[in-house]
Amino acid sequence: MSTQLTPVLTRYWDEPRSWTLESYERTGGYTGLRNALAKDPAELVGIAKESGLRGRGGAGFPTGMKWGFLPEPDGGPRYLVVNADESEPGTCKDMPLLMASPQLLVEGMAITSYAIGCTHAFVYVRGEVVHVYRRVLQAVQEAYAAGYLGRDILGSGFDLDITVHAGAGAYICGEETALLDSLEGRRGQPRLKPPFPAVAGLYARPTVVNNVESIASVPSILANGADWFGGMGTEKSKGYGIFSLSGHVTRPGQYEAPLGITLRELLDVAGGVRAGHELKFWTPGGSSTPMFTTEHLDVPLDFESVAKAGSMLGTRALQIFDETVSVVKAVSRWIDFYAHESCGKCTPCREGTYWLKQILTRLEAGQGVPGDLEKLDDIASNILGRSFCALGDGATSPVHSGLKYFRDEFEQAMHTPVDVSFPPHRSTVFAKEDVTS
Amino acid sequence: MGHANLPNYGTAPAPESDAYDAQVLDALLVDAAEVVRRYPQKESALLPLLHLVQSVDGYVTTRGIEFCAAMLGLSAAEVSGVATFYTQYKRHPNGDYTIGVCTNTLCALMGGDAIFERLSDHLGVDHDETTPDGAITLERVECNAACDYAPVVMANWEFFDNQTPESAVDLADALRSGAPVRPSRGADRVCTFRQVSRVLAGFPDGRADEGPGAGEASLVGLRLAKERGWHAPEPGQAQDNAADTGGRTPSGGLEPGRSGSTDTPANEPDEKPGDGKVEK
Ligand SMILES: Cc1cc2nc3c(=O)[nH]c(=O)nc-3n(C[C@H](O)[C@H](O)[C@H](O)COP(=O)(O)O)c2cc1C
Ligand code: SF4
Ligand code: FES
Repeated sequence: MSTQLTPVLTRYWDEPRSWTLESYERTGGYTGLRNALAKDPAELVGIAKESGLRGRGGAGFPTGMKWGFLPEPDGGPRYLVVNADESEPGTCKDMPLLMASPQLLVEGMAITSYAIGCTHAFVYVRGEVVHVYRRVLQAVQEAYAAGYLGRDILGSGFDLDITVHAGAGAYICGEETALLDSLEGRRGQPRLKPPFPAVAGLYARPTVVNNVESIASVPSILANGADWFGGMGTEKSKGYGIFSLSGHVTRPGQYEAPLGITLRELLDVAGGVRAGHELKFWTPGGSSTPMFTTEHLDVPLDFESVAKAGSMLGTRALQIFDETVSVVKAVSRWIDFYAHESCGKCTPCREGTYWLKQILTRLEAGQGVPGDLEKLDDIASNILGRSFCALGDGATSPVHSGLKYFRDEFEQAMHTPVDVSFPPHRSTVFAKEDVTS
Repeated sequence: MGHANLPNYGTAPAPESDAYDAQVLDALLVDAAEVVRRYPQKESALLPLLHLVQSVDGYVTTRGIEFCAAMLGLSAAEVSGVATFYTQYKRHPNGDYTIGVCTNTLCALMGGDAIFERLSDHLGVDHDETTPDGAITLERVECNAACDYAPVVMANWEFFDNQTPESAVDLADALRSGAPVRPSRGADRVCTFRQVSRVLAGFPDGRADEGPGAGEASLVGLRLAKERGWHAPEPGQAQDNAADTGGRTPSGGLEPGRSGSTDTPANEPDEKPGDGKVEK
């Protein structure tokens, strides 16, 4: 049996007015919260652990274990902060989720807050998607009005407030400690760890930071059981997840499937690479994850298998590029992004991305200087593992993997502009088919 | 009067701004107090307050910086340090509409570069510049979380999906003419920069129910699953839909994997905050 799609989070996105509480309740919403409030908070942490849910924001850290790391209550506040900053290039799942089904997140936050003893939770939504922000604000208002938030929720005695906060344009604010600094009203720059947010997070209090999709998965686990969730996926990467296909694919979009599905299977349902073209390279989890090629079509997209094959599952952001695309150009553009978004706190990343950018810009123009490729590799190697946060490490992924799989293209770019080797119009969606191709 | 004696908190010469008149200031104070109330600590209100300032002034003005500083007990330099960090805060008067063309790798290759070039020619402005009539500020933006709709253009942070150079020029012309313009997935019409800034400060504009729940690409997987009768297992029949990894997943001894790229793990999987290791 080949792996099939399993819509859970995406299940009701096509309902009329799917974003409203009324629609959400009609399709079984808030069953999970009712189940949860009947249980002891510690039991909920246990259920999250048993389910095997791992963070959907990139690293795959076990969610229940993260909740369990909070120290014993000391009477002071404990916070849940949801990371809705979604800015990793290629990643496009949380924004449609919040636009179509924001109540999934609100219910998940209520359950999680109850589990960890939090009475004031936050959602940090990237500022560049105003309609998503409207929908989340309204979802929270509706939940208050219906008694799912506020005082004495559903007669349980549990109180919860949610503040929906808009960012202002900075990729680094997706990094959880930078996010906390930003939420405290500062420049979004990462903090030294330890202490980890579990011990000293928002306002130096115990804090859980989770991704939108992680928290949105919680209601279904509470409604259907940890075994149900764990019955999907692979042994160590359990459950379903949203796979986002973009680029040169016939039907780009969101495909929810058990972890462990392969790109070959996904391309099969998505109608394959666009007509008349073939797969060249792809990212399994956004630009910060080393690229893959056609040899990786059958790698199961779970945390372990992707790591074993030399990359990372990341956010399941599958950006597909066909043979019309210059790898040098793609890498160069990604490095522009990292150089632009580097927060400047640490030298390897701030200076390193700047120098990578200089070299790649030369190569794009076909004006490499002898030693450039070695220098690219050397600079990237000096960023990797020496940066203060994972943004710097991520910047090295396209460089190293690009050189590894497509070194000949970099050699060619030493003397030939990439736009000559790869005429850019051929990659566009509005390209007229070349007669010769 | 020159700029010499005025505080300049930014990199560009800060245009002069007169003090707020009493009425505007009163309204600002009421709104700002509401923003501050949302947070356990008042400094957290700074980002929304800067959006609020932009909703009144159309960019982050000197007087706006001073207002935020006074509200939150910060120095103007601290506020300015924050404002200059984030790309959505403008250091000079913004157009009524920001048109942001995604030129991150995927969109750029799929047509974003061609779109930006055409718009730039058409409008006669480059990145982060505003047309002389003050209507449009053109920008290159980074990935806007809509890659499945590439190439993507944002107008005042509303989605315009699957764009072409021609559609983007039409969009710019329509916005410039003041005609109502409907985004692909968003409110019924694109609001002005100031209106949108007010929403981002956390003041709903009553438009949340407008527009679709999801676009076509967001629904493509769901539609296929429905057509083919695929669904997640019912509770109680758990094994049915486990991924068929057909022996490709190495059994036992799975590699722990490098720590995520898009991520600094909160803790290593085997690590407890502070120090000691936890048992697996
Ligand atoms: C540069 C950078 C950007 C990140 N952006 C996001 C993001 O937009 N959304 C997100 O959930 N996690 C992001 N992360 C990961 C977070 O740091 C954090 O690990 C995650 O929110 C934890 O949630 P999870 O355990 O539920 O996955 C980013 C990490 C880095 C280093
Ligand atoms: S790695 Fe880059 S983004 Fe992270 S702290 Fe250093 S400079 Fe900032
Ligand atoms: S690359 Fe343009 S929206 Fe993601």
